[in-house]
Amino acid sequence: MTEAADPKRSSPRKLNALVVDDEAPIRRFLRSALVAEGFDVEEAATVADAKKLASATRFDLAVLDLGLPDGDGISLIEPVRAAGAPAVIVLSALDDEPRKVMALDSGADDFVSKPFGVAEFMARVRAALRHRVQMQGGPPVYDDGRLTVDLARRIVKVSGADPRLTPREYALLHELVLHAGKVLTHRHLLNKAWDTGDADVQALRVHIRHLRQKVEASPDQPERILTEPGVGYRFVAPGE
Amino acid sequence: MNDAEERRPSPDALLEQARAETRGQLKIYLGAAPGVGKTYEMLSDARKKRAERVDVVAGIVETHGREETRALTEGLEILPRRGQEMDLDAILARKPEIALVDELAHTNAEGSRHPKRWMDVDELLRAGIDVWSTLNVQHIESLNDVVARITRVRVRETIPDAVLERADEIQLIDLTPDELIERLQQGKVYAPDQAQRALQNYFAPGNLSALRELAMRRAADTIDEQVRGHRKAQGENAPWAAGERVLVCVDEREASPEVVRHAKRIADRSKAPWMAVHVETGRSSRLTEVDRIRLSETLRLAERLGAETATLPGDSVADTLLAYACDQNVTQIIVGKARRSPLFEAAFGSVVRQLIDRSGNIPIEVVPEPVQQAGKARFPIASPWPALTSRGVAEALAMTVGATLVAWPLDVWLGVSNLTLVYLAAVLISALTRGLVAGLITGFASALAFNWFYTDPRYTFTIVNPDNVLAILAFSGAALVISALAARARQQTLAARSEARTSRELFGLSRMLTSATTEEEAASALARYAARAFDAECVVLARVGLEDIRQASTFAIKRALTENDWAAARWTLQKGEATGRGADTLPGARWLFLPLRTSRLIAGVVGVARETPLIPGERRRLAAMGDQAATALERAHIAQALEQSRVETEAERLRGTMLASLSHDLRTPIAGILGAASSLRTYGDRHDAETRDGLLSSIEEESARMQRYIEKLLDMTRLDAGSIQAHIEPLDPAEIASTVVKRAEKLAEGRTLQLHVEPGLPMVMADATLIDQALFNLIENALMHGKSGDVLLAAKRAGAGVVFEVLDEGPGLAPGDELRIFERFTRGGSSAAGTGLGLAIVKGFAGLMGATVSARNRADRGGAQTGALFSIEFPAKAAT
Repeated sequence: MTEAADPKRSSPRKLNALVVDDEAPIRRFLRSALVAEGFDVEEAATVADAKKLASATRFDLAVLDLGLPDGDGISLIEPVRAAGAPAVIVLSALDDEPRKVMALDSGADDFVSKPFGVAEFMARVRAALRHRVQMQGGPPVYDDGRLTVDLARRIVKVSGADPRLTPREYALLHELVLHAGKVLTHRHLLNKAWDTGDADVQALRVHIRHLRQKVEASPDQPERILTEPGVGYRFVAPGE
Repeated sequence: MNDAEERRPSPDALLEQARAETRGQLKIYLGAAPGVGKTYEMLSDARKKRAERVDVVAGIVETHGREETRALTEGLEILPRRGQEMDLDAILARKPEIALVDELAHTNAEGSRHPKRWMDVDELLRAGIDVWSTLNVQHIESLNDVVARITRVRVRETIPDAVLERADEIQLIDLTPDELIERLQQGKVYAPDQAQRALQNYFAPGNLSALRELAMRRAADTIDEQVRGHRKAQGENAPWAAGERVLVCVDEREASPEVVRHAKRIADRSKAPWMAVHVETGRSSRLTEVDRIRLSETLRLAERLGAETATLPGDSVADTLLAYACDQNVTQIIVGKARRSPLFEAAFGSVVRQLIDRSGNIPIEVVPEPVQQAGKARFPIASPWPALTSRGVAEALAMTVGATLVAWPLDVWLGVSNLTLVYLAAVLISALTRGLVAGLITGFASALAFNWFYTDPRYTFTIVNPDNVLAILAFSGAALVISALAARARQQTLAARSEARTSRELFGLSRMLTSATTEEEAASALARYAARAFDAECVVLARVGLEDIRQASTFAIKRALTENDWAAARWTLQKGEATGRGADTLPGARWLFLPLRTSRLIAGVVGVARETPLIPGERRRLAAMGDQAATALERAHIAQALEQSRVETEAERLRGTMLASLSHDLRTPIAGILGAASSLRTYGDRHDAETRDGLLSSIEEESARMQRYIEKLLDMTRLDAGSIQAHIEPLDPAEIASTVVKRAEKLAEGRTLQLHVEPGLPMVMADATLIDQALFNLIENALMHGKSGDVLLAAKRAGAGVVFEVLDEGPGLAPGDELRIFERFTRGGSSAAGTGLGLAIVKGFAGLMGATVSARNRADRGGAQTGALFSIEFPAKAAT
């Protein structure tokens, strides 16, 4: 887990995080994990307190619980973004897909379903932060040895051969690789790969299946393009 | 109306045809006498059909031991009998194209579904099965007494003429009398000795000719009828004179059925519709049970013969009948005539004479009463009077004694003839209060008493003075007239009273029904009123779903419904027809069931049981009550269905809340535990000691919290299942309070938990575990909602009982929450935390111990300081 400390070391400034949850035990272990990873942590239990903190500080990371006593964590995404450009992770109930999608569409980078372990949580945090850093540089080249995607030159190779992707399949793969590690909602992908607004989730599923058949080693047990049930898809690099 | 419109087929005629098309076809093999070969012919035809691969099944065939007939049954499918009878259900289930049902007029054994085989056949036809059957002419209802006159043998088994008229085909099986007699002599019909007897009686050549003619005429009539029916459907005008209608007057006399049959023949001859009418006068209430039953039987006979029947209330039979006849455009009135002496008729008048006098231009046909029944003619007014008991006679005589006692002192001042007025008063009172016979007795006794006491020579029955003879005669005459008038007045009063009672019943019932909101209330109103009105047992069954019923209410019921009664009631519900006692279906049952009809459906069934069957008037009253109740039942049913769906929606909502509570309250601690544990495992060495300790206590606290929640869920489930047994014993309130405070201190997390126990409290009758958990939940609730303030547990006297109070310093209760807060999944407004179960459990546990719970805002804290107070109060009787 030493590489996880990279952001801290590569940056002269300590990263700071805002944790908003009404349950003290949750805040306690989130703080313990973030502090261990080198963050400065501020805590809030309500929407009101969180807004106060967000207006005073520029955060690099915001962890927002969706169900707060005085409102919804989604309503906090805009205020924390207004103060800086933090990565936003929302905490939600396992079976609350509609709100996860709503949060993602409102600009959250990712979600974690309660209950969760710190390893899973930190993986999401790293993916979100790395993504922010990458967005500031140019589009990179993805290469895991088997699959190569050159986002700048728009070249895809599977074991050195051209998998002959259709333009729409490439558009989907491009978007997924660009946001590797991050969940993308159905709507997000539909907006990126279709110009017209009449495509539906069903059409998306069909294209994803074709894409998997061309780029996955075993399309029935995908390892790169994973399904987030009820929410969307996520591209996962090996080792994530 | 133009011609074209007039000649259009009448809707009724077309409907009749449409009905006939879905119905099975009935073919009747009609014969003049047994032995002409009806069954033989039917079986021969059946074999032919079978050869044509038509699905023919013999439902029942009687071979009467005739070998040639039996031979014909070979190769035919014969369904096994149920006992001695045809198995109706087996045929219905088998559903052949044609069913052979021998002997249409057969009477089924007791306990069969229908009393008569022709009713079984009707059911088969309704099920769309064609039926072939056999019939002898003497079994036709309207010919019954004609045949009886010819052969001197009265046949008991009859079928309504309507059955024959509805037959689609009648095949006359004709055999000349000589041929038939020859067959008889050959022993082909009966065994030889029987045959000889038969030849001398029933099968005498003269009889056979007459019967043969009857059979041929009847078959011809029916064919004629069918041709006419066809022409009517085709739109041709009916050939009979327009508006011909026959009315027959029905009463309770034994000869009345004869008159009805006669009327049927007359109506048939002129192809006229006919009606049978009974006029209910004050006299009707005095009929004996035998008379009532005969009357209702006669009306039903008329119905079976195809008459419209009606019972009309009225004072005078003749006037009521004539008014109705005019109203209905009746062209002929038929009335039976009792054999009475001319003297009797001169004295009391007769309905027949009145009818003839007042009938105007309606012809009246008078049917004389048969001689052998004349002797049973009844004294028209007096006889069915409420039987005169010896007590009645004594009371009538006492009136005379009283009159004598009153007259005695007046004798000094009044003339002897004036004293008769006193006696006349006695006669009047007697006749008015006890009826005609009593009046006559009083009158007779008074005449004697007057003679004895007041005519010279006194104290003898001898009369010397001719004036006094005159006085006695005048008195006797006056007494007679007064008695008759008074009795008549009484009759009218009684009739009016009964009328008033009927309307009172209906009014009372309708009021009860209006206020009924549930099916039970509506049913119980009907049961009560019907039971009282008819002095009978009454049961009301409400519809459940499409085909079933349930008992909604009973009144004055002596024996519960048997399986068969239920079956009869279901039949009524499904077919919408009356069943049971006095009805066509299952007439032998104890109960009579009538459908409760609304315009939309049959809402239920009402049943009555009484020693004597209901007379037609009563059945109509019951039907009227039923109509009212049906609407109320349907309304209540709909209301209950709505309420039911509301309750289900509420249960659904509760389930939803429960799930939400479960997912939140179970997951939250798990999230804390999992998070803390994984943090320790991942970063154990990087955490400082304080963080590690914090994470560990998180795990402990969250586990405890989850444990408490699960306990609550289990408590709630056990409460719901009723599986908690309170073990009530005398307990010391001080010990209870201190124990729970000690246990709750772990929850307090540094906040003060105060305890106040009033000294010298009595013991409380409680369950140690339940009271501990209830108080613990209250304290937990107070800590959760009481902000950071102190929590106080107090135990003190409340009257002779003990009350435990838990007080906090939180924001208090929102107005209206005092009761609601104890419902499950209701959370106080200040916090989203808490399971919403704690207080519901407190209430449930308190209820198990006979204690009461309450919640209110504290009034003991001054100024703007708030707080809530929850209490559990053990009443005096539970405390020792």
